[in-house]
Amino acid sequence: MSIVNDSRDILRLTTAGSVDDGKSTLIGRLLYDSKAIFQDQMEALELASKLRGEEEVNLALLTDGLRAEREQGITIDVAYRYFSTPKRKFIIADTPGHEQYTRNMVTGASTADLAIILIDARNGVLTQSRRHGFLASLLGISHLLVAVNKMDLVDWSKSQYQEIVAEYTAFSEKLKIHDITFVPVSALMGDNIVNQGNRMKWYDGPTVLHHLEKVTIVADRNLTDFRFPVQYVIRPHQDFRGFAGRLSSGTITPGEEVVALPSGRYTKIRAIHTTDGKLDSARAGESVTLTLEDEIDLSRGEMLVRSHNMPIVSTRFDAMLCWMDETQPLKMNSPYFLRQTTRETQSFVRELTYRVDINSLHRDLDAKTLELNEIGRLTIETSQPMFFDPYERNRETGGFIIIDPTSNRTVGAGVIRGEKREIPSLGPDHAETVEKSANVVWHTGEISLKQRETRNNHEAACYWFTGLSGSGKSTLARAFEQKLFAEGKQVFVIDGDNVRHGLNGDLGFSSEDREENIRRIGHVARLMYNAGIIVLCCFISPTRALRDFVRGLFPEGRFNEVHVQCGIDECIKRDPKGLYKKALAGEIPDFTGVSAPYEEPDRAEYVIDTAHQPVDICVEMLGLDSDS
Amino acid sequence: MTKKSNTNLVELESEAIYIIREATAQFEKPVMLFSGGKDSICMAWLAKKAFYPGKIPFPLMHVDTGHNFPETLEFRDRFVESIGAEIIVRTVQDSIDTGRSTDETGPGASRNGLQTVTLLDALNEFKFDAAMGGARRDEEKARAKERFFSHRDAFGQWDPKNQRPELWNLFNGRKKMGEHFRVFPISNWTELDVWSYIHREEIDLPNLYFSHEREIIVRDGVILGWAPFVELFPGEEIQKRFVRFRTIGDITCTGAVESPASSLDEILAEIVSTRTTERGGRADDKRSEAAMEDRKKQGYF
Repeated sequence: MSIVNDSRDILRLTTAGSVDDGKSTLIGRLLYDSKAIFQDQMEALELASKLRGEEEVNLALLTDGLRAEREQGITIDVAYRYFSTPKRKFIIADTPGHEQYTRNMVTGASTADLAIILIDARNGVLTQSRRHGFLASLLGISHLLVAVNKMDLVDWSKSQYQEIVAEYTAFSEKLKIHDITFVPVSALMGDNIVNQGNRMKWYDGPTVLHHLEKVTIVADRNLTDFRFPVQYVIRPHQDFRGFAGRLSSGTITPGEEVVALPSGRYTKIRAIHTTDGKLDSARAGESVTLTLEDEIDLSRGEMLVRSHNMPIVSTRFDAMLCWMDETQPLKMNSPYFLRQTTRETQSFVRELTYRVDINSLHRDLDAKTLELNEIGRLTIETSQPMFFDPYERNRETGGFIIIDPTSNRTVGAGVIRGEKREIPSLGPDHAETVEKSANVVWHTGEISLKQRETRNNHEAACYWFTGLSGSGKSTLARAFEQKLFAEGKQVFVIDGDNVRHGLNGDLGFSSEDREENIRRIGHVARLMYNAGIIVLCCFISPTRALRDFVRGLFPEGRFNEVHVQCGIDECIKRDPKGLYKKALAGEIPDFTGVSAPYEEPDRAEYVIDTAHQPVDICVEMLGLDSDS
Repeated sequence: MTKKSNTNLVELESEAIYIIREATAQFEKPVMLFSGGKDSICMAWLAKKAFYPGKIPFPLMHVDTGHNFPETLEFRDRFVESIGAEIIVRTVQDSIDTGRSTDETGPGASRNGLQTVTLLDALNEFKFDAAMGGARRDEEKARAKERFFSHRDAFGQWDPKNQRPELWNLFNGRKKMGEHFRVFPISNWTELDVWSYIHREEIDLPNLYFSHEREIIVRDGVILGWAPFVELFPGEEIQKRFVRFRTIGDITCTGAVESPASSLDEILAEIVSTRTTERGGRADDKRSEAAMEDRKKQGYF
């Protein structure tokens, strides 16, 4: 084997099986018989087996890494193993198949080319065997190897094996996996893992290792659709602006015409740079740096594609989501960060169509939420347009994770089925579904924000005044507006009461309507910002989630949350609109500060105490940074 | 031009570069740890490639135990300069002098564990929010479960039961104030991959990796290099042998192998046929069955 001109490829595989199916033993056997275990590992293994009072070397101990697992005797997390043969290199994501660890199998499967599913020959096809097949199918694994294990315990029975094959084949017809191979094995004794052994002469198929070495995976990669999410911009000097990233799919060569998303600008690839010189072409999976013929705006989270082969551009899509957080269930209509390729945006789960019972594959249409390890089909809306393909066609641009904005945990993993084409109905009078154009790209127009700002002589920005009713939001914003206006700046106040008359006249005060109110205002503010204006918005906006949603609509540094602080007692005393009086009398339900909570901002750019300072001082405090 | 052939190294290289760029994009102040060992040399090389023709946009940092081989330090400065990077050095000796750490004493003493304090202090000092390291999953059982992006709490601790799932190529580097991440770009590389890559890229290495004659002692079947601060157990004696190192760490705990391999070709051939893992020579892992897991939980790499 020549190491320097090594043409072996890498097969990434994942293993799934229940606690006692002998999965760790199978992997241990694979490593042991293919001579991938080193002498010192072997010695450590023998010692560990002896300490546990076991006579034979316990191959499972090789992969059961963490101490907690050894104590419980089960694998609790994904562990990665490496071995190679003269034919191929292998990366194994060893994941526990135990009921509560669907999360781990989904994780391991997300990068795998092939999945090994273990079935205990004594027990036959159990619900978990089906579950593993379903998950492999959901995660787009093209190849399944079903290892029917513990054949030694059923007297190497051909008929028992065939029964399992027949039953699982019937089940798998419902799945989207077209390549399924069955192998009868005994991981404990080694039959049909690496070597054939002579106890199952009736079986003339490949051994597990033989199949792993032979299975063709090149065709699984999407080399058709060029997708280049920009990861990082390299700008060492004025004359070089390189876009660093890894091709999600497809191929590219210098000279080809490309489109930048979301700007929709056309240009050509000038060169593909690497330290080793310029390349003639690059393909899916390769990390490169591209330079373009024209100076166009392009940054992290944006994408280069070909004009005649575009991904879907949309803010709503239909997806399957696996919930991965044990601390809390999915919250509908709550903001989560969504990350797909190098793009991150705010997102909301708008509609849960059904939850799948992953054991029976039945659909529960009445499900209201998803808990840990549950999977559902749902509609997601994002605050920025996304560029994606259906997961079935493209794993790299069709997979996403969602992150809880408070705990920062990765709480869900999803696969996109396609665009969701309805837009939300506007109320009972507008209930019909409206078709959206499939190729709506945000039009940047010929005049850029930068040009507007240059003419205005100041930057556009949004100031979001939040606080209790009567805390002085409007007073403060109006005074600030006058000051900025006097300085010759483009400024405008959007006030809560005013928008309720026209734009949001159809909305009431239920929590959904309040959310929709803020959503619309956020977008209006964003449009005015795009027009170069300093927008001042005064809204109680009682939850962090609502305010964070609006924050997510603006570029970093351009959104200023102003917490207008004033104690509830002082607000009640002021009561400029007489609302507290009514609320305290019980005439207004869910009144913030009285009968509904106000979540104080934890990352406001400004905190202004209006209870103890005159308005002009408060305005000065805001003004301090308004020029920078 | 056409690419150097080696399908699997191309894939691993692209993956590592992707991780390095991702860490750089997601964190405000990343740093790359550099020990002068082959893994960190390889990683720093990848960093250079990731941002070419720009400079590496973060500093390298060496946590010097004071028990390093002099060859490592000399090499470190030369190599860092050759790739145009900046290096910060923080020493365990300083942590000891300021009372942050206490040296182990006696013949088995090692400063390996003390690196943790110095490392965490240095991350704090510079407000680094991500530290890239050259750890590989094939090195050791606890590392087999490590993520590419590994979250550490405000005390630098790792909680193996509470790791964030990593799917596809999506990495979640969100964190609260005071928390930081460890990032491992060459997680999926094996020892052989590192050597093959060094060979392919013709990367310079400290001469410790090649066969040379040196004063050594044999302890618990492990060959350790001798230096004046290494105390001897009764019965141990200093001998001269032709050895090379498969990993480079502290003199006190890095085992050598007897070997005539004095070129990369010979080393590669030796590794392909070898029957012990490189960490088999690390005295620090032999302290207990779960030694690495314990150290990692405390903030070690």
